Amino acid sequence: MIDTKAKQQFIKIVGPENYDDSKTGRLVYSYDATPQFQSMPDAVISPRNKEEISEIVKVCNEYKIPIVPRGSGTNLCAGTCPTEGGVVLLFKHLNRILEIDEENLTITVQPGVITQEVTTAVEAKGLFYPPDPGSMKISTIGGNINENSGGLRGLKYGVTRDYVMGLEAVLANGEIIKTGGKLAKDVAGYDLTRLFVGSEGTLGIITEATLKLIPMPETKETILALYQDLESAAKSVSKIIASKIIPITLEFLDQPTLEAVEAFAKIGLPTDAKAVLLIEQDGPAEIVKRDIARIKEICKEENAVSVKSAESEEEAEALRTARRAALSALARLKPTTILEDATVPRSEIANMVNAIGEIAKKYDLNICTFGHAGDGNLHPTCLTDVRDREEIERVEKAFEEIFKKAIELGGTITGEHGVGVMKAPYLEMKLGAAGIAAMQAIKTGLDPNNIMNPGKMFAKDSRKRVVVSK
Amino acid sequence: MTTIQEQHKIQKEFQSRMDQNELLNCMRCGFCLPTCPTYIESGYQESHSPRGRIALMKAVVDGLIEPDEDFEKSLNMCLGCRACEPVCPSGVNYGHLLEEARDIVHQNKKHSLPVKAVRSTVFEGLFPHQNRMRTLTGLLGVYQRSGMQKVIQKSGLLKFLPDSFATMERVLPEVPSLKELKNRPYHLEPIGVRKKKVSFFTGCLMDTMFMKTNDATMKLLQLAGCEIVIPKTQACCGALHGHSGEKNKAKELAKQNIAAFEEIEADYIITNAGGCGAFLIDYDHLLKDDPQWAERAKSFSNKLKDISSVLVELEFHKKDLSLPAQVITYQDSCHLRNVMKTASEPRTLLQSIDGATYMEMKNADSCCGSAGIYNIVESEMSMKILDSKMKNVKDTQAKTIVTANPGCLLQMKLGIEREGLSEQIRAVHIVDLLLESIE
Repeated sequence: MIDTKAKQQFIKIVGPENYDDSKTGRLVYSYDATPQFQSMPDAVISPRNKEEISEIVKVCNEYKIPIVPRGSGTNLCAGTCPTEGGVVLLFKHLNRILEIDEENLTITVQPGVITQEVTTAVEAKGLFYPPDPGSMKISTIGGNINENSGGLRGLKYGVTRDYVMGLEAVLANGEIIKTGGKLAKDVAGYDLTRLFVGSEGTLGIITEATLKLIPMPETKETILALYQDLESAAKSVSKIIASKIIPITLEFLDQPTLEAVEAFAKIGLPTDAKAVLLIEQDGPAEIVKRDIARIKEICKEENAVSVKSAESEEEAEALRTARRAALSALARLKPTTILEDATVPRSEIANMVNAIGEIAKKYDLNICTFGHAGDGNLHPTCLTDVRDREEIERVEKAFEEIFKKAIELGGTITGEHGVGVMKAPYLEMKLGAAGIAAMQAIKTGLDPNNIMNPGKMFAKDSRKRVVVSK
Repeated sequence: MTTIQEQHKIQKEFQSRMDQNELLNCMRCGFCLPTCPTYIESGYQESHSPRGRIALMKAVVDGLIEPDEDFEKSLNMCLGCRACEPVCPSGVNYGHLLEEARDIVHQNKKHSLPVKAVRSTVFEGLFPHQNRMRTLTGLLGVYQRSGMQKVIQKSGLLKFLPDSFATMERVLPEVPSLKELKNRPYHLEPIGVRKKKVSFFTGCLMDTMFMKTNDATMKLLQLAGCEIVIPKTQACCGALHGHSGEKNKAKELAKQNIAAFEEIEADYIITNAGGCGAFLIDYDHLLKDDPQWAERAKSFSNKLKDISSVLVELEFHKKDLSLPAQVITYQDSCHLRNVMKTASEPRTLLQSIDGATYMEMKNADSCCGSAGIYNIVESEMSMKILDSKMKNVKDTQAKTIVTANPGCLLQMKLGIEREGLSEQIRAVHIVDLLLESIE
């Protein structure tokens, strides 16, 4: 419950129309895209500008009210689930593109702008904003920055982090700071920009961002390669990179995923193939042509049973659709879909995929794997039913083993989804006690009262779980 | 107001009647959000999104919230356009959930007397009875032709009605006379080679207010080589009832239609209204728990086709079609696109008309805000959606907006009228335009 005095102050700051503590109003912000995490906030506030955010934060700090910033709620780590109640902060009024600077190649936006709108706006000027998370049609830039979202183009172009040049943020004490700027070089002090990217709302509220743009690549070509065994596909990936070619996309589907995709999309994929690679290259026409020719050679050398080039944009789109349909196809098979993002160095892909297969067998689970082979970011996806408690326990154990294996191979517990509540219990596996302590020191220094998205990133107890019911 | 007792009853029925598997199937990924017109127009309010509504339904089942006024408002605000369904990774059948939820709420609520009177007149007294629809349409014709329309329009009486209603009154088509309405065909032979035998679902509004469009539909079918049978005992499709929480009445109508059409043994059952078609094609779901009817409903649903899809199948678009030079654009009927999965066929037909330049409209696949009686009961949201739509229409520079459903047609006419563009732009049903292009 929000203290009556605090409530009055909130209403005074944003107006009654932007403060909602009705049951319906709160229920619809009690969840995000993470299966089985749900918890009611005490109120939902929609500030109209950074000054109002600063005022709200001051009230929260005074009354020790948790504050959860939320974009469109599409993250997969329960990062915006208000597990400790408090207020959910919406950015629906802060949704403007402020400037596209064609001389400095930057775009400055408010946090509530939809990712797709940024892409469309800059493409109209022949520019390119590469990060393309799966939910880009509805995710917000603020959400992308807080989660440091990835996407299909990570291998060649990097992730959200690589495109954030400057930020404006409200700290827990209500102060507004600016970090970075339209600068390729800037070594003035700690790199707070990078610290805030991926901080999951635990350090402050981002109120404005300046993003880097690059010129739009001239052309793009797409091919699909089919394999009779996993190792050949994995070897092709390593060999392509070793030949000093960095494709824009290098996506991988395993056989169970392939079967599900074909059953769902019916585009004539051979379901007897054990692995599929979707490869794309972009850039100047001549270079793309040369790279694609070489990639095709490599795939054939590595025993690809078929290497198919898209003859038209429609055909390329159909192939991309096959990859994008992976999640849809799998999600239809069972009521609960748990999508993970264990990530390993790309040289370890085959080992990781094999290990996932063995772990699934050991725990008698249905786990399909697809993902971004080029950057080692895999999506082992478990098809289950939350109502089957016994199976869910096995799911938790299996994922713990998958995370352990990923770390053993030099990887990480999460490549692009974030820690949130879901992976907090595993963070120490990756960072060690000293690593956690260092991060906690930063958190306590900036947010001594722990009001900024509390309960995220740092685990309260050591029980490891992928799924909880609240 | 919903009383506490009513809320209790609603909650109990949610627990017993809502499809728990389907509710759980929503994995809350949010992929539906960008396709939802009410989510966008409400300024990204989650309670006006499909994901939010499903979460609310589930919360009522789980006892997390009560089905209060806010909950009902969220359900009422939904257009039922089902644009969320094709993009749903889990394939959640949102339309079925919405229908069931609305039915539970309405059956357990005591409506105020005037609302009750209107509901029973419309749902029981009017739409199920084609003869009464004829009489009413006939009266409308008298109203239009007698000069009374002009008197009323001048009197300013319409000012007392919501804006959209007053404009709607102006855009209604000129309806046929009662004599024409009563004199409808029951059997037509193909023109040229006989390729298929079809039966035609005439629809209540389509066979009265839009009778000319039905005539055009039959003419096109004849030209495409179809023998047409129009069953006498067919009834209203029941969509209005189903979408407004009168499911039992909808089931009665469904059975009447299935019985009327199965004796014909036609290759296809043809509709020319996306709204009716989507409800008809769902009869197998509506009657799935009725052992006597489930199979019969299935074979009915399997035969159902929209006029545009049968025309493409019979290669009507390869005939000589031409129009005076003009830009044309197409506004999808949500139910035709999202439920009957018919989206490319109307475009194929339009693109094959010589002289006309087809321009695809931005967000043509997004609802126009008509949605049955939504533009009257949720007028404010409907007009917001329509105004956004008209911006996209203007960007195409089209002279002709083509639709495939009477509700959409009236709404587009309303949009043209609101923009003051009735001299420059016209809205037509696709069959009327096709007939114009072949004559």
